[in-house]
Amino acid sequence: MHDRAVRRRRAVLLVLVTASLILLTAYFGETSDGRLHSAQRGALGALSPIQEGASRVLKPFRDLFGWFGDTIDAKDERDRAIKQRDDYYSQLVDAKNRLREAEQKAGLNDRDTTGGMAQFGPVDARVYMHSPSSWYQNLTINKGTDDGVRTGDPVINGAGLVGKVETATGGSAVVTLITNPEFATGGITSDSQEPGTVVPAVGALGDLLFKFVDEAKRVRQREIVYTAGTISSRLESRYPRGIPIGTIDRIDIGDGELDRRIHIKPAADLKRVDMVQVLTEPHADLEGK
Amino acid sequence: MTITSASVIRLTLLGLLGGLVQLSVVSQVTVFGVPADLSPLMAVAAGFIAGSMTGAVFGFCLGLFIDISLYRTLGVSSLVFTAVGYGAGRIRELRDPAHGLAPVAVGAAGTAVAAIGFTLLQFLLGVQAPVSLLLLREILLTVVLNTLLALPVYAIMRRALLPFLPEDPRRRRRRAYTTGGLSPISRV
Repeated sequence: MHDRAVRRRRAVLLVLVTASLILLTAYFGETSDGRLHSAQRGALGALSPIQEGASRVLKPFRDLFGWFGDTIDAKDERDRAIKQRDDYYSQLVDAKNRLREAEQKAGLNDRDTTGGMAQFGPVDARVYMHSPSSWYQNLTINKGTDDGVRTGDPVINGAGLVGKVETATGGSAVVTLITNPEFATGGITSDSQEPGTVVPAVGALGDLLFKFVDEAKRVRQREIVYTAGTISSRLESRYPRGIPIGTIDRIDIGDGELDRRIHIKPAADLKRVDMVQVLTEPHADLEGK
Repeated sequence: MTITSASVIRLTLLGLLGGLVQLSVVSQVTVFGVPADLSPLMAVAAGFIAGSMTGAVFGFCLGLFIDISLYRTLGVSSLVFTAVGYGAGRIRELRDPAHGLAPVAVGAAGTAVAAIGFTLLQFLLGVQAPVSLLLLREILLTVVLNTLLALPVYAIMRRALLPFLPEDPRRRRRRAYTTGGLSPISRV
């Protein structure tokens, strides 16, 4: 009895496997016009209305389950989109930084060639640290004494004077900005040619004052103030002549001539300095003479 | 299982309905880009519930139905599901696993066997496809999804075929307790 059941089970399996293999071989071997293909098409034609009807009936279930699947897929897609957006954003930031650096470098090159700064031994440097304090306005650059940078060297960018080297190590230097309270230099106006001293306005961060001007009433708004350079051979200026410091922004008229306060807006955008040049030979023009 | 015309009709209806649900609903719902596949689960459940012979026949017919419906090479799914249904039946006949999660394990194993077997047959038939991580990922995800669905599919199939199954002594014992019968322990 048991043997008969086993034999029957094996026989059924053998028949089914053989049938499958015959079907497979015959189907695979015949052309698309063959009997099996035709039979399959016929069966498919008969089944398709049932399948279509079932598909319509089951659509709500499909939508329900699809909602779960879509939600999971949507979350996945959202995460991918966020990651992609972040990648693009970082690429954009990188491109913008490169563009800004390129613009600043172009300004510096222009200043070297047309502004005549090439003679002062400019050394290109990248700003890698900005002072977080508004009171101690300085920044750190990636060039130091190994590159010929020394304490007191003027620092410029494409727009104008940025500051001076406060201290320098082998591979880096700290630059004091012109808006730092300790900064002071001689300047001269572009049109009226009035000399004076440029100092930071105490209590007004980012603002400069043009002081000790002999004939202050001749100074006009929107005049450009340049570095005056060395006027006396006994007192050599740190800065070569002709570097733009800023523009006369406004003039406060007081009770008398001495109360006149001339405000200068720095030419360089000191909040966004990425590339600068250190003039390592600031007295080259004097030596030439 | 007692083979009668009623049981054959019920199995046929189950296969048809399951195949239609698979083709109309389940195959269009993807989780992580992969749909579940109820067909191997049904073949496994049929074999596990009704025995190796019924499982093999059910798997063959279901495979044929799927191949016809999808206009695929006839015989491929039949061969694979025959083996899966027969194997599940043999596990039941030889081991008779009583654990409640046995259908889950058998369903997962059956799905894996079906997926790998189907892939191997496709390669043997000359389908040009590289064995890529994507393919392995798809097989793995299908197995995972089917593992989750194995228990409900088994429960539905079992419920549908219950009238044709021989009385299970375990079930009889449980029913006796719940309907007020005394357990052997309380009798002592």
